Amino acid sequence: MSRPDMIKDYQGLAGWSDVGAPVVKSGQLIETNAGWRTLRPVINAEKCVFCLQCYLLCPDGTLVKDSGKLEVDYDYCKGCGICARECGFGAITMEPEED
Amino acid sequence: MSNMTILNARNITNEELFFGHKACAGCGGSLAVRLAMKVIGRRSYVVVPANCMSAVGFMYPAMSFGVSGLCCPFASTAAVLSGITQAARQLGEEDYYVVGFAGDGGTADIGLQALSGAVDRNDRIIYICYDNEAYMNTGVQESGLSPYGTKTTTSPEGAKKHGANPIKKNMFEIVAAHNIGYAATASVGYPQDYINKVARAKAHPGASYIHVMAPCPTGWGAETDVTTQLAREAVDCGLWYLAEYENGEFRLNKNPKEFKPVKDYLTGQGRFRRMREQDFKIVEEQRDAMWAKIRKNWQTA
Ligand SMILES: Cc1ncc(C[n+]2csc(CCOP(=O)(O)OP(=O)(O)O)c2C)c(N)n1
Ligand code: SF4
Ligand code: SF4
Ligand code: SF4
Ligand SMILES: [Mg+2]
Repeated sequence: MSRPDMIKDYQGLAGWSDVGAPVVKSGQLIETNAGWRTLRPVINAEKCVFCLQCYLLCPDGTLVKDSGKLEVDYDYCKGCGICARECGFGAITMEPEED
Repeated sequence: MSNMTILNARNITNEELFFGHKACAGCGGSLAVRLAMKVIGRRSYVVVPANCMSAVGFMYPAMSFGVSGLCCPFASTAAVLSGITQAARQLGEEDYYVVGFAGDGGTADIGLQALSGAVDRNDRIIYICYDNEAYMNTGVQESGLSPYGTKTTTSPEGAKKHGANPIKKNMFEIVAAHNIGYAATASVGYPQDYINKVARAKAHPGASYIHVMAPCPTGWGAETDVTTQLAREAVDCGLWYLAEYENGEFRLNKNPKEFKPVKDYLTGQGRFRRMREQDFKIVEEQRDAMWAKIRKNWQTA
């Protein structure tokens, strides 16, 4: 896995003893960031030349190149729009989120 | 750099070791940390003092670093890095890296003494200062690295005086003056230059320092999508520079033939809203004086 998985059923603290030692596992995530977004980046696969400029510049690491074609991790993308602005090929557009 | 593979977007690992953090959308500091962690990799210990990156990366019970890391007291980053690197050595560990991410306030002001000591001892640590030119995590106060005219809550704008007064402390040259083995400046607007500098710091057997310009849309009064563009403009208009210090020599990596107008860079940000023509002139004069010195004394590209 190239990025951590969210723990879907995080149970919270077992008791006060947990509070005494605030140590958790590396890469432990208990929620997504998707709710932050008002705009979502949409990739036009026909225009994308896989230059990966956007990939280097995404602060959240939510552009994914693992499969050899560019994808967005919509669970953690915050919709900042850097990828769309920096793409020299106009391959990403920011579209309003519904509701 | 000759015997090292040059890193780029294609050959850099897919692995994300700073992920799911709660930084504001478009945060330049989080981009600096994300890219550095991709280069430094899993065999590392991370130290982050009080600043935005610890606030957004260590939100108990979440932990956005994919490696072991700890939050340390504000002033202690480099001292804690030294302690960890010694401890790991005493435990017989090899092939490990110890990296710290401190802000401009945590580096140029409160953490300066600890950094000076660690560089002087030449402990094998990688110290990365992400510079957003103010104390952001506490709501934007002026730091020793806030440039002339910056509006912060402690350098407000008014009729007589607007924004921060002094020029930026010269952290890169302060660190170089310790005769450090490797130091560099970088910008999140030039990511390939930055990741290769992190790789050089990683390969260096003693103390290394990287000062990376990392715009903060929240504190700078800018849209979330212009972070990397602003970072690039700062370099292109000559208010920041890309350089290295190694073997007692300064080397400029990018020597612009012509500077873009500082005014275009400054007027794009809320924090400089009150600046007038005479202020742009002061900034330009400071810039030209700095570049005259650089071009006279440093190796140029
Ligand atoms: C000894 C001490 N003084 C003050 C603080 C409050 N404090 C926490 S983060 C912070 C600002 C840090 O600024 P900087 O180092 O530039 O990092 P940034 O927040 O901008 O990322 C301050 C003043 C503290 N945690 N400890
Ligand atoms: S910058 Fe544009 S063309 Fe390049 S990989 Fe990203 S979307 Fe594709
Ligand atoms: S909108 Fe921002 S967070 Fe989302 S993929 Fe693009 S650069 Fe990354
Ligand atoms: S306030 Fe600025 S530095 Fe802090 S998380 Fe937000 S964008 Fe990043
Ligand atoms: Mg700061």
